[in-house]
Amino acid sequence: MAFRMTGAPIAPAALTEGLADPRSGALAVFEGRVRELNEGRAVQALEYEAYVPLAEKEGERIIAEARARFEILRAECVHRTGRLGLGDVAVVVAVAAVHRGDAFGACRYIIDETKARLPIWKKEHYAGGASEWIRCATREGPAPGTLK
Amino acid sequence: MKKSVQVRYFAVLREQRGLGQESVSTGASTAAELYEELRARHGFTLPADRLRVAINDEFEPWGAAVGDGDSVVFIPPVSGG
Repeated sequence: MAFRMTGAPIAPAALTEGLADPRSGALAVFEGRVRELNEGRAVQALEYEAYVPLAEKEGERIIAEARARFEILRAECVHRTGRLGLGDVAVVVAVAAVHRGDAFGACRYIIDETKARLPIWKKEHYAGGASEWIRCATREGPAPGTLK
Repeated sequence: MKKSVQVRYFAVLREQRGLGQESVSTGASTAAELYEELRARHGFTLPADRLRVAINDEFEPWGAAVGDGDSVVFIPPVSGG
């Protein structure tokens, strides 16, 4: 399976080793990491919750779409669930292609669609003890899938 | 006619409901009717136009029929990545 959700720490090096291919002249890797500030608030930890069966189905569809749009050899995406600390890897996308243009393009496509479409939710825990589900406030924003 | 559906809750809906899943006996014929029924009962803050819905692990339109034994998930605004 090219897309999976996991509750365990992600090892990007192990993931990219699996993409070794003698035809490939380009490997593009994106790592999404937990950062310390979001919209001016000091973040101490993140919690990801996912509707795993649908997230994995939709994730596989995104990778199939990337294959249709770009000339790529291999693609993998892994996304975390559970509690993460600052600097932890939340998501990795790795794409092997013959040339860099398609590797970059497919990598960008996969992470953008993953963020916009997959049923995954992020709760931020702030310094001082407050916490909030991102984008779930009731006074802003359109339906999911319409924002990047 | 009443039917029994299994509803799973995630993120903000799970916290507002106070549990992750429940069996619901409902007369609702569509996913939209079921959400409005549950929203009135439990005080969910998100309106349906901020959510999507999945039935039996596939995205469906709000007008989709809900049948006896179906598994239904209301999907709050997503924030992965």
